[in-house]
Amino acid sequence: MIDRNSRLRLARQVRLKADPRSGKHLLLFPERGLELNEIAARVAALCTEETTVAEILDRMAEAAAEGTPRERIDGEVLEFLRALEVRGLLTVGGV
Amino acid sequence: MTEGPRPYTLVAELTYRCPLACGYCSNPLELARHADELDTAAWTRVFAEAAALGILQVNLTGGEPLVRPDLEPLVAAARAKDLYINLITSGIPSDAERLGRLAAAGLDSIQISIQDSDPRGAAWIAGRDDLDAKLEMAAAARALGLPLTLNVVLHRGNIARVPDFIALAERLGAARLELANTQYLGWALANRQALLPSQAAVEEARIHASAARQRLRGQIEVLFVRPDYYADRPRACMDGWARRYLLITPDGIALPCHQALGITSLDWPNVRAQSLEALWSSDPSFRAFRGEDWMPAPCRTCPERETDFGGCRCQAFALVGDAAATDPACALSPRHDLVIAARARAEEAVSDLAPASPPIRLRRFRSAP
Repeated sequence: MIDRNSRLRLARQVRLKADPRSGKHLLLFPERGLELNEIAARVAALCTEETTVAEILDRMAEAAAEGTPRERIDGEVLEFLRALEVRGLLTVGGV
Repeated sequence: MTEGPRPYTLVAELTYRCPLACGYCSNPLELARHADELDTAAWTRVFAEAAALGILQVNLTGGEPLVRPDLEPLVAAARAKDLYINLITSGIPSDAERLGRLAAAGLDSIQISIQDSDPRGAAWIAGRDDLDAKLEMAAAARALGLPLTLNVVLHRGNIARVPDFIALAERLGAARLELANTQYLGWALANRQALLPSQAAVEEARIHASAARQRLRGQIEVLFVRPDYYADRPRACMDGWARRYLLITPDGIALPCHQALGITSLDWPNVRAQSLEALWSSDPSFRAFRGEDWMPAPCRTCPERETDFGGCRCQAFALVGDAAATDPACALSPRHDLVIAARARAEEAVSDLAPASPPIRLRRFRSAP
C-alpha cells in the first residue's frame, strides 16, 4: 500500500481529461471512466508526472482553504490515492 | 438538447471479416449481408457525431479490425475527437510494426483475445491455432507501452484452463484479464449444447479467478463474468437498453448492442441516412425498451429493476420469441424452465476436457487476405 514516501504517477492506461459536457474532470481507462470532484481532479493532475505522495500532500495543503486541518487533507488525499491504487490506476515505485 | 440518456461508449464494428471462425462469435449469423462497409470518411463523420453526443470512448472492433487497411487513419480520426480508443482484436494478422504505427496514431489501449492455451482447443473453437502469433502481438504491445487487456471467452472446451490464462496474463504483463463466459446468443446459442459448461466447472473457474483477483490486486485487474444461465438473476445487459452504448455495424446500422439484429421484430436506422443524434434520441427501436414503461410482470414491480434494467432483450426474444418478456435467465421469469432445461443438458453431457462431441458450427465468412 502506498505511503508518504511512495513515488507514483497515473498508470499508462489512464487519461485525465475535462468532460466537454459537464466541465468536470474524468479519468478514462479501458472500457470505463471515473468522474472526479474538484479536489480529486487536482490530485490527479499532480499525478500526471512522477511525484512523491509527500509532495502531493504538501501541494494540496498549500491550496486548501485556510484553517483546514492538515490531517483531514492528508486523510482525504491518501484515501483517494489508495482507491486509485487498488483499481490499478497508479504506477507506484519505491522511495 | 439531446433527448434520452447520455451514451458513453461507441462500439465501432469496422468489418465482419475475420481470420478466425469462433463458434461463439457475437457477430450476426447473416454475415454476408453486411459486406458493404462504411469507408474512412463515413467512420470519421461517425466519430465526430459520437463525440458531439457526449461519447467518451470508442471500441474499434469487428470481426477483425486489423484487416481494415485504413485502421491507422481511423485511429487518428478518433483521437482528433479526443475519444479514448480501445482496439479490440484477435491479434491476427500479428504485425508489431503496424501496432507501432497505430500507437503513434493515438491508440490508448489494446485488447487481445486468446481462444485457448491448448492448440487443439483453439483449433476446435476457432478453426485454427494462433497462440504464438498472439503472444508476439501482446509482447509488442507491452514493448510499446500500450496497456494490454487479455480477453478469454470461456466455454466447456477451455474453462478448466483458467489457471493457464491467469499465468499467461502475468507473464505478458497485462493490465487486465477478462474471463468472460460465453453469452448464449447468435452463433453461441446455435452451439449452446456443445459450449455450456457444467455448474461445477463454472464454480471452480470462479474460485480461481477470485483468488487471482486478490493476489494480483493493483497489478492486474481480473474480471470474471459468470454465465447468466447459472446466475438466477439477469445481467444488467449493456447497462440498460440504449442507455450507455451505441453500436454501429460495418455497413452502418445503428444498434444498442451486438445482438440486437437478432430481434427480427424491430427495424434499425442507418448512419448513412441519419445523424447519431437523431437516431439516438428519436428512433423507435432505440426507445422501445428504455426506462421501465415496457416492463411486464414481475419486472415492473421488482426492486432489482433499477440494477438489472430487466435483463437482456435479445435473450428474451431468442428464447421466448418476445423481446418484451422477462429475461428467462431470471428465476422469476415464467419461462425460466428453458434455462433450467439447458443446464440439465449441460450436466448430462460428457465432461471431457478434450473438446469432443457434439460438433460445433464455426462461423463462416470470407476470411482475411
